[in-house]
Amino acid sequence: MNEVEKTRPVSVWRGEGEVGQFETYDVPAYDNQTVLDVVSHIQHYIDPSLSYRFACRVGMCGSCAMMVNGEPRWTCRTHVNKVAGQDVLEIAPLRILPVIKDLATNMDPFFDKWVKAEAVHHSSASRDEEMMVVLPDDAERKKADAGIECINCAVCYAACDTVAGNADYLGPAALQRAWTLYNDARDAGKQTILEAVSGAGGCHNCHAQGGCSHYCPNELNPMQAIAGLKQATTRAMLKGKL
Amino acid sequence: MLTLRLYMLQRITALLMAPLVLGHIGVMIYAVQGGLSAAEILGRTQGSVFWFSFYGLFVLAVSVHAAIGLRTILHEVTGLSGRLLMFFTWGTALGLSVLGMRAILAVTFLTRGVS
Repeated sequence: MNEVEKTRPVSVWRGEGEVGQFETYDVPAYDNQTVLDVVSHIQHYIDPSLSYRFACRVGMCGSCAMMVNGEPRWTCRTHVNKVAGQDVLEIAPLRILPVIKDLATNMDPFFDKWVKAEAVHHSSASRDEEMMVVLPDDAERKKADAGIECINCAVCYAACDTVAGNADYLGPAALQRAWTLYNDARDAGKQTILEAVSGAGGCHNCHAQGGCSHYCPNELNPMQAIAGLKQATTRAMLKGKL
Repeated sequence: MLTLRLYMLQRITALLMAPLVLGHIGVMIYAVQGGLSAAEILGRTQGSVFWFSFYGLFVLAVSVHAAIGLRTILHEVTGLSGRLLMFFTWGTALGLSVLGMRAILAVTFLTRGVS
């Protein structure tokens, strides 16, 4: 063990709902330490009342996203050494979403918008019919493939300044899922999707600032998906279908 | 706050404005380099259906385009929505139209003591 344990001051948001403040904890500093390790250390050894959310710890589940030094990140895949430049580490709940307590946000508005965007499967066949063959080389399938690795972590949602200013805006994740379903040959709801993303909170509100694509930990490109929806809705309107 | 209809209106007016802006800049350069006086300019614009249509279309495109853009900015910055936002949008569009059309009419079809 180290003869003198090195520590790092970590500023963590504490509070319930809208009310709260940053509190500083001294946390042992190790090499190869993730931000989630730091949060877990505080909860295990300093203050067990700290609330936060995580599950898989390996970047698969999308539960542990938080604001780390002002930027939305998966805490489980963020090494402290990479983000704590001058030994400052500030951890806060995801931006835009309402805070339940400490670092745990209420994800309801985020998921409600997936449903509003019709980013749900609209079945085109019953279980009695043959499975549809979807070729991986198909042009539509490639467009869908570009966005299907989304794990609903809400990093893009918290990174989006348009959502921050326009509470009705459906946001990058929901719109990207709507786009993947629009390009899914098995989905029977193409018109429904186009109508859902053309309303007051729809894809046309996107300013293409690209925060979503910049911060997506899976390196997806929701901005491109939204551009695809804009193009598809424009074409549908010109053909008199919207 | 931007529906497909508003989005399309803003894009179409932008498409209209692109050649009109180039035409306007061309006219300005021509007028300045040629050293045209106010009277000479008015001599060309008075009674001209072409210049009335050119700048009339420009003013209408600007009014629609700017009203939708300002509406978006106002909503995102202040959170204003509903009827107030609708009044603001129409007010901006009508205000810009009136100001612009007044200026166009003054140099095309209204004659008032400029010599």
